Amino acid sequence: MAKIGVFICHCGENIAAKVDCTKLAAAMGEHPGVEVSVEYKYFCSDPGQESVKKAIRENNLTGIVIAACSPRMHEATFRKACAEAGLNPYLCEIANIREQCSWVHTDGDMATAKAADIVRSMVEKVKRNNILQPIEVPVTRRALVIGGGIAGLQAALDIANAGQEVVLVEREPSLGGHMAQLSETFPTLDCSQCIMTPRMVETAQHPNIRLLTYAEVESVDGYIGNFKVRVRMKARYVDMNTCTGCGDCITKCPVKKISSEFDCGLGKRTAIYTPFAQSVPNMPVIDKASCIYFKNGKCKTCQKSCQLNAINFEMQDEFIDLEIGAIVVATGFQVQNTALYGEYGYGKFPDVITGLQFERLASASGPTAGRILRPSDGKEPENVVFIQCAGSRDPSKGVRYCSKICCMYTAKHAMLYAHKVHDGKTNIFYMDIRAAGKGYDEFTRRAIEEDEASYIRGRVSKLWQENGKLMVRGVDTLLGKPVTVVADMVVLATAMVPQPNAKEFAKTIGIAYDEYGFYNEAHLKLRPVESSTAGVFLAGACQSPKDIPDSVAQASATASKVLALFSKEKLEREPVIAVNNEATCAGCWGCVLACPYNAIEKKDIRDRSGRLIKQVAWVNPGLCQGCGTCVSFCRSNSLDLAGFTEKQIFAEVMGL
Amino acid sequence: MSEPFEPKIVAFVCTYCTYAGADLAGTSRLKYAPNVRIVRLPCTGRISPMFILKALQKGADGVLVSGCHPGDCHFTHGNYHARRRWMVFRALLDFTGISPERVMFSWISAAEGSKFADLINSVTEDIRKLGPFDQYQQLIKETESPATL
Repeated sequence: MAKIGVFICHCGENIAAKVDCTKLAAAMGEHPGVEVSVEYKYFCSDPGQESVKKAIRENNLTGIVIAACSPRMHEATFRKACAEAGLNPYLCEIANIREQCSWVHTDGDMATAKAADIVRSMVEKVKRNNILQPIEVPVTRRALVIGGGIAGLQAALDIANAGQEVVLVEREPSLGGHMAQLSETFPTLDCSQCIMTPRMVETAQHPNIRLLTYAEVESVDGYIGNFKVRVRMKARYVDMNTCTGCGDCITKCPVKKISSEFDCGLGKRTAIYTPFAQSVPNMPVIDKASCIYFKNGKCKTCQKSCQLNAINFEMQDEFIDLEIGAIVVATGFQVQNTALYGEYGYGKFPDVITGLQFERLASASGPTAGRILRPSDGKEPENVVFIQCAGSRDPSKGVRYCSKICCMYTAKHAMLYAHKVHDGKTNIFYMDIRAAGKGYDEFTRRAIEEDEASYIRGRVSKLWQENGKLMVRGVDTLLGKPVTVVADMVVLATAMVPQPNAKEFAKTIGIAYDEYGFYNEAHLKLRPVESSTAGVFLAGACQSPKDIPDSVAQASATASKVLALFSKEKLEREPVIAVNNEATCAGCWGCVLACPYNAIEKKDIRDRSGRLIKQVAWVNPGLCQGCGTCVSFCRSNSLDLAGFTEKQIFAEVMGL
Repeated sequence: MSEPFEPKIVAFVCTYCTYAGADLAGTSRLKYAPNVRIVRLPCTGRISPMFILKALQKGADGVLVSGCHPGDCHFTHGNYHARRRWMVFRALLDFTGISPERVMFSWISAAEGSKFADLINSVTEDIRKLGPFDQYQQLIKETESPATL
């Protein structure tokens, strides 16, 4: 038999001024199942809470309804009081008669009648409440960071420096990502390598970081605190334990004309190579597709040149299985394919290059050792034209969004060019100059005022070659007329786009992505570094175009989220989750489609001999967030949501 | 003259947006019609059409469903599921002869206290114009065999 306690709070005058609390308490006292119905000035006060606890103990109440302010105010307070009185906290419900009754109605009788309905419906609900226990999920204190660019390194170092274990997986043979390719960085013009490489070394040497380069995440199973991750270690054909990184094999390799990915095609590399001289780890890999031995079974020059016998052509891909508590995704971006803009002649004219290629030209460690030389004939260009938004903010051909960094790096390129080629001329076609950030607008002004970059507001329509020069036809919208600029080199500020496999990879980890393939945060404003999946966090340009300071800030934010998760051995979660009745579940998997969190798994039901009888849905308590969408989707009424069961809600509706 | 008809309206709302919006109307001391009774759910995705039918069966003259704006759902997708379900359910109501105007759907965010108050007033007026929902009660009288839902 239900013994419900109803506690009607006056909230000083806030409720009592409109709702006749005495009349309400008397009426509720008559309701079936109500054992105690009392009123008091402030139930949330100490004596108020004490009186609730006393009533629970003295009357052996099976549930209570506090008719007071919104549950968003004091539900936690009264649930705690319940627990202290020995009653399961989930047997307490709040009837909101302040925010949604006394404060919003003028007529006292009407408000009292409404309050009675609200309280009665909560009494009917609480009669059907079940005892619930918080869900405890054990937490493996080991983080996985995917991506070894600046965001990944920052996240890994922050977590590792706080004393937690980190596994860092990088797809390429070396750490560094895009930042390692850059020459100087805005707005300070400090050398990218000089700030990046020490971080790479620190990461590789950190006792808490396990570094897996030339490796890819193959699969992710499990849930927050308990992920099972499989990593594919791609065969390097070089034994990492033996190799010292002397580089003898690289100098001896006869295949020397492979276009270097790191130099964006402007430089060459060998078949056994490290992406760049400062690679971490500084150990080569063999590019199987280009290696003569793998093509026709002969060569092995590198093996012969290696005095340590580190080269092993028999090496196979290996798999490493990891137990992981939290995942930081920092997989970065790509520059958009410029072939989209045939009119700009990228690929047709060798002196039309991308911004990233310009970075390589300007970089002291690049193919030209930092001299700005045009790719066609190696001469210094006297006129350089920069075309901004070559892909960004262009719904017709490119992408709708702003890539955020191009205005800044184009200004930087203009400055670098002016510093290196003193009598060179710079023209920049732009739509708007977007320079929001600390020191950013000052930086673009400097490019214009000190380094004499000439900005032309308008788009470029066409580009052709005439007498060995590039002719750039565009419009100057401020003058209102077309212009043709002669150039020796043209640099396209291409859009930042997601990695080509971003969507498939999102499915591997089980996170959501937007129309472009950038990963979705749980809430754009309030949960910007959490993905939609609990325990998976986002850092850097995999979420949206970002510059270095933003990527680093976001990476540190993910680290703080990971550390908060690792601060306890067990994760305690609200028990408001879906539960399935396996006896009636028909395995139609409608719930699997409905669940936004991939929380529903297929479970085998077997008889004693192990024969499979049927498959049913199983709700993973670590993943379920308790929205209840699956429950109303369930065709056989097998699923129910703890705390908001069908029974409870029907009772609530009938009580109204 | 008889007293004006006071409709009874049941609102199914999500706790993250509309319930918070209703609370905001309260903390802002906005005044609105006292005809709506709120049932709080974690998400509009939790709302089964059966809840709406049960409310109508038990004497509600109108039902309001309100959740987070599209794209703002705390649970990412729940409101979209609710919207799809509602589109189908509305057609079914129409088919069975129940005016779909008795069931309303709305998006109210946690910041839209005044929108909540305005909506309740307009919904109350609309239902008042439609008059009491006694089709079901009449049906029971006619057949004398109360259907169960």
